[in-house]
Parts: sequence; structure tokens; C-alpha cells
Amino acid sequence: MVLRLLDGSEAIVEAAILAGARFYAGYPMSPATELVEYMAAKLPASGGVCINAATEIEGVNMAMGAAAAGFRAASGSCGQGLSLMQEAIAEAALNETPLVIFNMARNQQDYFQATRGGGWGDYRTITLAPKDLYEAVEHVQLAFHLADLYRVPVIFMGDNLLARTQMAVDIRKFDFGPLPPKDWQLDGTSGGTGASRQIWTFGGGKTNTPGPGPSRHWEQIAAKFDMIATREARHEQGFVDDAETVVVAFGSGGKFVEFVVNQLRAEGRKIGFFRPVTLWPFPGEALERATDACSRVLVFELNAGQMIDDVRLNVGHRRKVRPIGGVSFDESGLNIGPLMDARVIRQRILSALEGEVK
Amino acid sequence: MSIVQTTRPPAVPSTKVANFKPTLLQTEEHHLCPGCGEPVAIRLVLEVILELGLAQNNVCVIGHGCYGSFVMTLDVDCTLCLHGRAPAVSTGVKRMRPDVAVWTLQGDGDMTSEGLAEILHATARGENITCIMLNNGVFGDTGGQMTASSVIGQRTKNTLEGRDAAYHGYPIVICDMVASMQGSAYVARGSVHNAAAIAQTKRLIRKGFQRQLEKKGLSLVEILTMCPTGWFVPAAGGADYMMESLGKTYPLGEIKDVAAAA
Ligand SMILES: Cc1ncc(C[n+]2csc(CCOP(=O)(O)OP(=O)(O)O)c2C)c(N)n1
Ligand code: SF4
Ligand SMILES: [Mg+2]
Repeated sequence: MVLRLLDGSEAIVEAAILAGARFYAGYPMSPATELVEYMAAKLPASGGVCINAATEIEGVNMAMGAAAAGFRAASGSCGQGLSLMQEAIAEAALNETPLVIFNMARNQQDYFQATRGGGWGDYRTITLAPKDLYEAVEHVQLAFHLADLYRVPVIFMGDNLLARTQMAVDIRKFDFGPLPPKDWQLDGTSGGTGASRQIWTFGGGKTNTPGPGPSRHWEQIAAKFDMIATREARHEQGFVDDAETVVVAFGSGGKFVEFVVNQLRAEGRKIGFFRPVTLWPFPGEALERATDACSRVLVFELNAGQMIDDVRLNVGHRRKVRPIGGVSFDESGLNIGPLMDARVIRQRILSALEGEVK
Repeated sequence: MSIVQTTRPPAVPSTKVANFKPTLLQTEEHHLCPGCGEPVAIRLVLEVILELGLAQNNVCVIGHGCYGSFVMTLDVDCTLCLHGRAPAVSTGVKRMRPDVAVWTLQGDGDMTSEGLAEILHATARGENITCIMLNNGVFGDTGGQMTASSVIGQRTKNTLEGRDAAYHGYPIVICDMVASMQGSAYVARGSVHNAAAIAQTKRLIRKGFQRQLEKKGLSLVEILTMCPTGWFVPAAGGADYMMESLGKTYPLGEIKDVAAAA
């Protein structure tokens, strides 16, 4: 194990390169800016290319091209930058291009954008939301693996805290098992053979090698996402077996909640925590089991209430569910605000336990 | 030297242009309109690719327009990407596979309306790709509406009285824009309105690909193509109409060649 003190963004970039990423195209936007800086500094030395895209639209389409050519490729941004990429993210899902999108989110207001998406078609995006940099090093590599395994776009959802906090981390390689060969990649070699390759959202295929056509193709894509939903939901939980109250939170917020719940347990409170590690697929069945016996489910998220929809869909009695998070920025509007604080979270939980809903 | 025997009929009937299928097409069938210029232009590109020995070393990135249906018949590795984004997607392919010839197949709507940013920034970066733009001055695929390249006076479905500069603005002359940028290596405009123009256009396309192989920068070959359906003229009248309308704003010939300058 080699521990090095690294910026979150730098560690994420190193993990991506370790995963075999060879192409990145990005456009600065806080707090995703450092990703493109570190990529520009580090990718060329690993035989890769980092391009300063003219727009997020251009960047994500370049990454699609690099991925279509058979290489591990990514783009990244946050907020409105991610909004601009929605058309391409949907396209990658429908034309089956493995692509990784880093969303170094400012806060947690991107939950709907990540899990519902703003693109066209019956598609979903696997979204990994690590709680800290240790997990992030694994998730970055997992994102590229899942993208290749299922030929889908995968969103890595970080935040300001993750991107801009220094931590001593070990960038070690994770092995997630074998992958299918990229026999679909556009390497240019099959022209004139009568069996040339095609990547196309409509699944039409070619004269000699007809595809299923749009209707059947999109049915197959939807079925693939149903299959992913049954296989790839991940979560972490603690003390739920005898908990009267379960607190649900994701990403950095999940780590803060875990800390507070540990404190409250030590003080004798019957409380547990549940953290969706994948925002999509949402670990609904696990949440249902974890909250089956409890009488209260508190949802902590730094937004006006987005994940709480998925929590309500999966908790048996939806009246048990109550929000304890909220919109929370600093005055710049770019950074996490005062709510992401263990004392504040503790206070909100205790108030809820005492029945005073704030 | 062989002497052509003219006293009896040939053993093999002569090949007509109309029944010649390029090697790099999986079928000669297409579903474009009678009198459409696009299949002719696409055939020229495929012949050039074959003649340059690039059949098994090229990737085509196709935009959205009537030419898009060739994604099902081109016998080259290809993808049909999002509207306007072909130069960006090509950039990703080319940067990862610098020794593969990468080309875009776009229309005037795809390149100069939806995708202006992508073509200009790809040029600015000097990407070694060849962009083919089929210019018919309309969104043919959606039924003949005005694009950024429709010429002044041109009647389209949403400029029924003709494109009026005061109201609709002026056409974008993409070749001039791209030629003015340092990253472009070769810029030329051809046409498929008659046999001579077709032969000349093939030479332009060949030079475009050659500059890519020489890694000189971006090459753009614009090809004026008939769209009788989108222009609301009879199929046979497309060529004349084109040279009287688009041909006046878009003169044919080479606009830039870094090889010639060097
Ligand atoms: C984002 C987006 N907007 C609009 C369309 C609809 N559309 C499909 S083809 C086309 C016209 C393309 O025009 P052009 O590139 O000039 O090709 P032509 O059909 O004239 O050959 C349009 C507007 C689309 N496919 N995607
Ligand atoms: S609408 Fe125009 S461009 Fe499209 S196929 Fe018909 S003639 Fe060709
Ligand atoms: Mg057109």
C-alpha cells in the first residue's frame, strides 16, 4: 500500500488512468475544473489524449467517438454542463457506446438529472455515488468496467467535497472480472468485407447484416436496463436490524450521516443508516428490508427533496418517510453550505425523533 | 494497343453510370428521391476511398440528413452520430486511431445550422479529418426548410417568398470560414450537376483525403447536390435550378490548399 496525499480530483484522474482511460474531453466548471486540469497534465504521459473542448456538447461527443473507436473514454462537468450532455448520454445508451461521465456535482441537486436523465428514449444511467475518496478510487474503475460490461454510459457522481479535499489515498488497481471483447469497435478495418461495422441508435444494421430495427432494438435496450437493475444495485447499511429510525443519505452526505448515527448508537439510540451506493439502480429491495421493522425513515439530502421520491417508492409505509435535508449552499452558490455538518445533522435527527419537524 | 472492334456488338454490354454499384456499397438500392444529387456525391467519395487503398482503413461518421440512410448500405465502418456533431465524434475516433482515415458525411443543415461550432472548432484544432458537406441549401430530410446555407431569394417551406436578407439574414459560406482558419489544409467546392463537374469533384475529394493522409490538417469538401423535392422543382430540372440559385452564391473550385501554398 502506497499512501499519497492527493487532491480528490487528482486521485480520481489517477484512478481513471489506472483503469485504462485514454481519452478525456472537458470544459472547466467548478468543481469539475480540476479534473480537466489533471487529465491534461497526466493523460498524455500514459499515451492518452485530453482535449479542451469548446463546449460540453463537443466534449461528450468527442468522448463518444473515442469510445466508439474502442478506447476507454470519459467527459465530465457538473450542473448545467451535465445538462448540456444529456442528449449525448441518452444517445450512448441507445447506440450502446461505453462512456464514463464524471459529474463533480456542486451539491446534491443533480439526483433527478442523474437518475431520471434529460435525454430521449427508454434509457437509464448507472450512477455511482461514493461516500469518500477511498471509495471513489474503486468507483472510478468500476465505472469503466460497468460501461464496458454492459455497453452503457455510467455516471460517476462526486461533489465539491470529494473533488477539493486532500486525503492520503492508495491508488490501487481493482479487478472486477472478465469483459466481453469489443468486437463492435470502429477500427476501420472491416470496410469492403461485406460485414462492415455500424454503431447506430436505430439498430437498423446493414443490408448484409440487418439489425433488429428500431422497435425491437429499443425493446432490447430497455430489457438490458431491467437486467442491470436486478444485478447492479449496491448499498451500505448499519444498525438497521433493531433500529426504530433509519436515516437514508447518499454520497458525502451518507458518510456524515453514518458518523452521526454511530455517535447516537453509542448514546443508546435505536437508530441505523442506509446509503444507496448506486443511485440508479436504486437499491429499493434492500431499503424495503432495512426499513421494514422501523417506525421512522429520515432522508438527508442537500436539495429540496429528490431522492426522497425513490425512498417513498420503496419503503412499505410511505408515511414513515420524512425529509431532514434541504437546499444548502455557501454564498457563492458553488459550494456545499452549512447543512453538511455533523452537528447540524445530529440536531435535525434529534428534532425529528422528538417529533418537532423543522 | 488494342483496337476497339466496332463491326459487331460487344461481348459484354457497356456499363451505364446508373447501373454501376461502387464496391464500398452493400447494395445499389437507395431510397432517396429521383433526381437527388446525394447518391452521386457519396459514390464519388467511396470511389476515392477505394482508389486510395483506404477501404480497410477508414471510419465514416454520418450526420442527420437524407444521406443518413446510407448508414445501412455503406460498406465501411461507420456510425450515425447526433445531428451536427460529426466533427467532434470524428475527433475522438481520429485522436485514438491516428492512422485510420476518418471522414464525416454531413449536409448543409447538419454542418452550418446545428453543427457550426463543431466544424469550426475541429478546424481550429487542425484535426486530421476530411469533412464532406452535401449542400442543397435546405433541410431536405424534414421536407425543405431554410438552413443557414439557403441562398438569398431561395424559396423554402419556411421562406415561401424567398430568403430575405433583411428578415432571415445572410447565408453562411462555410468554406470561406474554414479556409480562413489556420487549422484547415484543404477547402474546395464541387458539384454534381453534370458529368464534367462530377469528374472535377472527384479530384477535389481525392485531394481532401490526401491532405489528411499527409497529416496537414482538416480538409473540407463541399458538394452542391440537387434536391428537387426540397426545392419543389421537377426531378429533371434540379441541375439547372441548382446552378442558377446555389451556384451563384457558391462558386466551384479550390479555395485553399496548403500543399499548393507550400
Ligand atoms: C437535434 C436534432 N434536431 C433536428 C433533427 C431533425 N433533422 C433530421 S435531418 C434534418 C435536416 C438535415 O439537413 P441537411 O444536413 O442539410 O441534410 P439533407 O437532408 O438536406 O441532405 C433535421 C433538421 C434531428 N435529427 N436532430
Ligand atoms: S429530399 Fe432532397 S436531399 Fe432528400 S432525398 Fe429527396 S432530393 Fe435528396
Ligand atoms: Mg441540406
